[in-house]
Amino acid sequence: MTGYAEPAAGAKKLGLVIDLDTCVGCHACAVNCKEWNSGGHSAPMTDLDPYGANADGVWFNRVHTFEAGESPESRTVHFPKSCLHCEKPACVEVCPTGASYKRAEDGIVLVNADTCIGCKLCSWACPYGAREFDADEGVMKKCTLCIDRIYNENLAAEERVPACVSTCPASARHFGDLGDPQSEVSKLVEARGGYALMPEMGYAPVNRYLPPRAAKKTVGCTGAEAELAKPAETAGLHPLLRWMDKVLSR
Amino acid sequence: MHPAFSVIFFTVASGAGYGLLALLGIGNALGLVPADRVFGLCSLGLATALITAGLFSSTAHLGHPERAWRALSQWRTSWLSREGVAALAAYVPLAAFGIGWAIFGGVDGLVAIAGLLGAILAFATVYATAMIYRSLKPIHQWHNRFVVPGYLAMALASGAALLNAFVQIWGRPQLAVGVVCAVAIVVALFAKQRYWHFIDTTKSASTPESATGLGAIGKVRLFEAPHTEENYLLKEMGYKIARKHAAKLRAIALNAGFHIPLALTLIATALPGTLAIAASCVAAILLLAGLAVERWLFFAEAKHSVMLYYGAQTA
Ligand code: SF4
Ligand code: SF4
Repeated sequence: MTGYAEPAAGAKKLGLVIDLDTCVGCHACAVNCKEWNSGGHSAPMTDLDPYGANADGVWFNRVHTFEAGESPESRTVHFPKSCLHCEKPACVEVCPTGASYKRAEDGIVLVNADTCIGCKLCSWACPYGAREFDADEGVMKKCTLCIDRIYNENLAAEERVPACVSTCPASARHFGDLGDPQSEVSKLVEARGGYALMPEMGYAPVNRYLPPRAAKKTVGCTGAEAELAKPAETAGLHPLLRWMDKVLSR
Repeated sequence: MHPAFSVIFFTVASGAGYGLLALLGIGNALGLVPADRVFGLCSLGLATALITAGLFSSTAHLGHPERAWRALSQWRTSWLSREGVAALAAYVPLAAFGIGWAIFGGVDGLVAIAGLLGAILAFATVYATAMIYRSLKPIHQWHNRFVVPGYLAMALASGAALLNAFVQIWGRPQLAVGVVCAVAIVVALFAKQRYWHFIDTTKSASTPESATGLGAIGKVRLFEAPHTEENYLLKEMGYKIARKHAAKLRAIALNAGFHIPLALTLIATALPGTLAIAASCVAAILLLAGLAVERWLFFAEAKHSVMLYYGAQTA
């Protein structure tokens, strides 16, 4: 027994594909998530002491920034993270009330705020920190994959995507069915070598991350070297001597 | 992990209560504990009080304590739910045992069977409690094979220390009870030492590289956190304890929870009357205090994998 139906082969697995190459770290996805979900399925997204010294509040989506590798090969990578709607979500398994559940029809992991007792165990069971407790409401909150947008017939068809996806100015976020190998998102993952986070935990996340592309060695269309030129040997000289050196080397 | 007072109190108090209940059930069946009604009333009364106070305390940290009954529904998958079911089920034989013994003065037949059933369910409850922690993969310091033996042995040791104090107070010292107590402390000590050795010499397989998937570029470090103030994740899972404090607290837990109670229990077997009572009572009190420190450390030294996204290099 697992507390959720393990998705059958070919079952719908809705999720996000996040492009770490194009994400510019603007936090627009996190802000629009907060905006939409403040009135959405798991509303409110409580803020405590929002204008005080100890502001604290519930967010479903957080943008971290990492540095990887050593200069000059190092990369700065903006890294948005929200619930990965895992195929083996221990967060659901540990829930004593059944308030946490994984939908059989599309794989979305949700919390029923009417039955959650606020024991917080699910947040301990999530390796990724995708669940945040709402101390004011006394229940657990998490990303709903904008369940109230993606099936919402009152919205124009192109709006029926999660708020984070619709708002991203760099188109770094993609939404779709990762259970269908022919879907646009699956093809993107295939083409770019998309990967899962912490596979060793065994949660089989649905969301995928696209790695940054290899760093360019030349700059844009100018063809100039990306690395700064070495300082000239004359750098320490008196300006007058440097000028003479320039004139004489013409 | 944040050491919540309510959970520390719950696991220590109800652990001791279940340990005492189990030993009373078994001790009664073997004729090792006094059969008189007042003894039954006091010893089982204390066990019940410890268990009940612990359970109430555990519901204190819930966001919705009034919905606690819902936690009984998912026993097929959730160890927390199983713990709740076992804890409630244990009250049935506990009540039968207590009423039969303290009110009707009977200690054999059905009453003895109720005591043994109580022992089994006490064991099951502590086992389920330990499995809640042991089954959490994101926490390396909990997800290991030393957690369950430790919890069981410490519940038994604390229950045995209480029982030993009771039989001493009743002027009915039993060498067997003293020996069981000493052996339980030694086993618990061994389990705890192995646990500490394990968490000191191993770390989670997860790293900042596996958490971000950026390891192919090189070593990964946090450049900018997603928020400036502490959020729920950092408050609940980002608890840090300085190494030197941990070392000091371990020494306190070792001495108060294991070494001194063990010595006192052994000495009490050779001492006359009042001195033996004093030694065994001090042993029980110290042991419970030491376990509270041990339990605090069990949380404070546990690291959650989410911290890899917040600059931790290991988990
Ligand atoms: S990311 Fe965390 S909360 Fe989301 S499904 Fe996976 S384990 Fe559960
Ligand atoms: S906090 Fe709520 S959703 Fe999470 S495990 Fe507890 S009851 Fe379930």
